[in-house]
Amino acid sequence: MITKRIIPCLDVRDGRVVKGVNFQDLNDVNSPVELAKYYSDCGADELVFYDITASSDGRKIFTDILRETARNVFIPLTVGGGISSVADFGRVLSCGADKVSVNTGAIRNPGLIPEAAKLYGSQCVVISADVKRVGGEFHVFARGGRDDTGIEAVGWIRRCVDAGAGEVVLNSIDTDGVRGGFDIEMLKAVCAAVNVPVIASGGAGKIADFVRLFREVPGADAGLAASIFHFGEVRIADLKRVLRDENILVRL
Amino acid sequence: MIAIVNYGVGNLFSLESSFNAIGQNVTVTSLPDDLRAADRIILPGVGAFGDAAEKLFSSGLAEPLIDEAKRGKPILGICLGMQLLFTKSYEFGEFDGLNLIPGEIRPISDVIPGGLKIPQMGWNSLTFTNPSPIYSRTPQGSYVYFVHSYAAFCDDRYITATTDYGAPLTASVQNGNVYGVQYHPEKSGSVGLDILRAFCEVKA
Repeated sequence: MITKRIIPCLDVRDGRVVKGVNFQDLNDVNSPVELAKYYSDCGADELVFYDITASSDGRKIFTDILRETARNVFIPLTVGGGISSVADFGRVLSCGADKVSVNTGAIRNPGLIPEAAKLYGSQCVVISADVKRVGGEFHVFARGGRDDTGIEAVGWIRRCVDAGAGEVVLNSIDTDGVRGGFDIEMLKAVCAAVNVPVIASGGAGKIADFVRLFREVPGADAGLAASIFHFGEVRIADLKRVLRDENILVRL
Repeated sequence: MIAIVNYGVGNLFSLESSFNAIGQNVTVTSLPDDLRAADRIILPGVGAFGDAAEKLFSSGLAEPLIDEAKRGKPILGICLGMQLLFTKSYEFGEFDGLNLIPGEIRPISDVIPGGLKIPQMGWNSLTFTNPSPIYSRTPQGSYVYFVHSYAAFCDDRYITATTDYGAPLTASVQNGNVYGVQYHPEKSGSVGLDILRAFCEVKA
């Protein structure tokens, strides 16, 4: 049967991984290629590269890095950050990305998801939603969680899936960075609304948080995290062994 | 030399890279002569069957591909490329494939229980059902990466591995020198590279 996926997320700026990385066995811990290889060897099921570059020079560096990674790492790669047109989809897919995640781009341009799905297939279109509770409702936020769009999130995510998104990354702003666990309530609401894979993001602080995620939200297909992996606080191999021992199916 | 058939469907960068990683020279080509000259041929593909079949037949590459298959050259279809090896598909209509393996492509929703997500996206394990040289380096139960909403339905004798997604789905097939895998070996880590390696060792 299909396994639950564990996905490290790498934020890349000007060709380097940002956020502290603490691995003694890596020579260059800020090299996206090195880190991607390391995670792949440790049993990561997939990688997310998030381009947080603002400049066009940085974009070029990012695609070079992506190409170099895809040349060396043979697990699925999802790329996000600054995707606002189908040309952006083409740019990263041609460099070896398997999936492309859109966030603000899909909010600004409702045609983006259907166009990209038609051109490249739903399997590579990922809707990444930053969601926060506002007045008892889940709202979609834009621009890296800075702007409240006022749009109700669950309905919006369902519309994105209906329009052609083949996977959902749900990032809870409420739990992000708190390290108290994933946003179980929000994830349940989204999993009940869509029939495509849902990736939980925001809040992982320890191995038990992943166990709780997959136990309490059977519809969640994957857990995504960044700093706990980068800081070496949670080793992917250890995490997967614990999940297996808890009878949660993982690839080991 | 291994030829990867480029008929305008999907991106071939990762596939090309995976062969380079196992020390194989590949040429990504849309020239019939390259298919004739190659030792082995890879037929990739993503997207919808009808569109891909139309592109493949109109590219002038289907004919040399069928000829080379009939001459005994090892051919490996990957994902939609595997589906194209079959007789026909019922994805958004009814379309003819290359008919190198008797069988048809139908939605996985025909056989899997309700409530499971479609597409099947992620890592699932292989159960070998018939011996195949492409698994010479691969243990039973190995995990590979799938992304598909349709699957091959054919006589059991062509099926070399299945994967369990609420029901057994065809994971790989073989008809003599014609091989097909529903999953993505180029995205299946070291297991996938071993399968590609084994395909490169299959006697022509």
